[in-house]
Amino acid sequence: MNVAVAKTGGGRAVSDLFASAEGRLPGSPSVIAARREAFETYERLGLPHRRIEEWKYTDLRVLVGEVLPLAAVPDAAALKRAADAVKAHAIAGACKLVLVDGVFAADLSDVKALASEVSLKTLREVLANEVNPAAGDLLQATATDAVISLNAAMATDGVVVSVADGTRLSAPIQVIHIATAAAASAFTRSHLRIGKGVRATVVESFVAAGKASGYQVNDAVILWIGDGADVAHIRLMDDAADAVNITSQFVTVGANVKLNFFNMTSGAAVSRLQGFVTLAGEGSDLSINGVNLLQKTEHGDTTLVVDHAVPNCVSRETFRAVIDERAHSVFQGRIIVRPDAQKTDGKMMTRALLLSDEAEADNKPELEIFADDVSCGHGATAGALDESLLFYLKARGLPEKQAQALLIQAFVGEAIEQIADDGLREHVIGIAERWLERRS
Amino acid sequence: MPLLEVRNLHVRVEEREILHGLDLIVNEGEVHAIMGPNGSGKSTLSHVIAGKPGYEVTDGQILFRGEDLLEMDPDERAAKGVFLAFQYPVEIPGVTTMNFLRTALNAQRKARGESELMVPDFLRKVREVSKSLNIPQDMLKRGVNVGFSGGEKKRNEVLQMALFEPSLCILDEMDSGLDIDALRIAADGVNALRSPGRAMVVITHYQRLLNYIVPDVVHVMSKGRVVKSGGKELALELEASGYAQFEDAA
Repeated sequence: MNVAVAKTGGGRAVSDLFASAEGRLPGSPSVIAARREAFETYERLGLPHRRIEEWKYTDLRVLVGEVLPLAAVPDAAALKRAADAVKAHAIAGACKLVLVDGVFAADLSDVKALASEVSLKTLREVLANEVNPAAGDLLQATATDAVISLNAAMATDGVVVSVADGTRLSAPIQVIHIATAAAASAFTRSHLRIGKGVRATVVESFVAAGKASGYQVNDAVILWIGDGADVAHIRLMDDAADAVNITSQFVTVGANVKLNFFNMTSGAAVSRLQGFVTLAGEGSDLSINGVNLLQKTEHGDTTLVVDHAVPNCVSRETFRAVIDERAHSVFQGRIIVRPDAQKTDGKMMTRALLLSDEAEADNKPELEIFADDVSCGHGATAGALDESLLFYLKARGLPEKQAQALLIQAFVGEAIEQIADDGLREHVIGIAERWLERRS
Repeated sequence: MPLLEVRNLHVRVEEREILHGLDLIVNEGEVHAIMGPNGSGKSTLSHVIAGKPGYEVTDGQILFRGEDLLEMDPDERAAKGVFLAFQYPVEIPGVTTMNFLRTALNAQRKARGESELMVPDFLRKVREVSKSLNIPQDMLKRGVNVGFSGGEKKRNEVLQMALFEPSLCILDEMDSGLDIDALRIAADGVNALRSPGRAMVVITHYQRLLNYIVPDVVHVMSKGRVVKSGGKELALELEASGYAQFEDAA
């Protein structure tokens, strides 16, 4: 059953979707109340459209137009396909936490391999705990945004992870989201609490199992990072070509934190990563990098808000988009410097490489500065491959596509090189290489 | 059969004709120098032989071992053994010299139906060649030509020549931007590559380079044609009397 979403104000069809799904959603009474409140917000706002500034280039009413019914709980066959996908996409040595069609799959996860300093619960069990009066807080919308509200209303599961203060994790924690169901939606929501002084690497992967297609993902991550932590956060979105993936991330960064975030988008007909990072403690160093690899008619949107709320923090953003055929890349980056955030050092650079005349890039960097002793800047470029470089490579024997591939790899390399871990960097390079092979 | 035969070549760039019926024959093992004033069409000739886009061949032929080069893409020409050493080699940030060399060499081998060179064999070969050209190993780990001095860029071109082992090397004004020491090093590298099976076409303004790379034949180009050919002494004559006498001949 496909459910069409009505215009602003919601409609009967969406209400039916929520009503039909509500019984399957985990929740104590406080959670049910939070869900209903969130859904009312969604209904009031409707799917985002171009008249909302933050969604100007990604009009979901046009690009998506409907919210699909909730995916069924995966059966044995689906779990078997998911197991194959885990093998294909697992990072070597990582401790895997697997969600299949929006539901945590313990049998596919390495629950027992988690370090003793790491506590894991599923969102489902926390929400269903009737004696936990604060469970509803886990579904707080945290922003007035329709997709986030819908996520809060419909979230089926996710991981609630806490890493104890002072822990140095030797292996990455990889959360793998696997879609097995066609034409269905999954709503996931994870809470990650990284304690003070922790060193950790968190990887999120979004993949399709087998021939899963036409599905929708609405994911939210709420990440809290304690003082003095050193965190690498890698997100790899490699969904089916006709999937929709909307992810919202809320990150609160403590003092003297080193956070290195990297996102790679390849695949999905429509995707948007919207990140809201608040630098809440002094002396932190934030590095946000990303690569969008888009082809056919894919639409990939990266929207980031970095909020310098306190003084003496550094933020660096490096984004690269490679856009082929009739694909469309969007980068919106906003750096906010609050009045007290003196000595802020924020830089943002986004570059788009257009591989066809019909490819489109929209870059919108913004600075909102309310302090006077700061160093902030941004840059945005869009252009084609340099013909003189191409000719040099071809004159050395590289066929056109191979020469292009080498230059594209070099173009995205600046962002990928920010990944410190050799194994993870190689993994990401492998994704980029496979994308290049698909286009040749 | 000549290695390279250019017949009645006419070339336009946009609306302007640069080459007006150029003829040239280069045999295996020969070193030819092409000299001429600015704007005479020397670089255009080298670019057209290598297949650079933007040039319209309106008449004539370029035959390489009897095959029509103009029918081939630049990479096919390279795989056949045509090498253009650029006057101003481009910088390619993000592509390490080592990766570039291996990718290019294997692309050429693949095009010729040869097996790709495995990493250990390739590394051994690069080490040997770079050592003979005094190219430090750390230069090979940097982006292609990124941060290289003029001399380093030219040595990198010579390194590629040595690795790819082309049959025809066209050196487009390799003396530009080089001091005398860098010039000598680059020229020594070129001389080491002279062989009976390989021909070279050295394009230059100045006789100076020909003190180091001694040609068998010297051609004078003016206004898009070869207007005089002779032995190496022709270069000395040009040095003494300049190009003015040939402007009228064109």
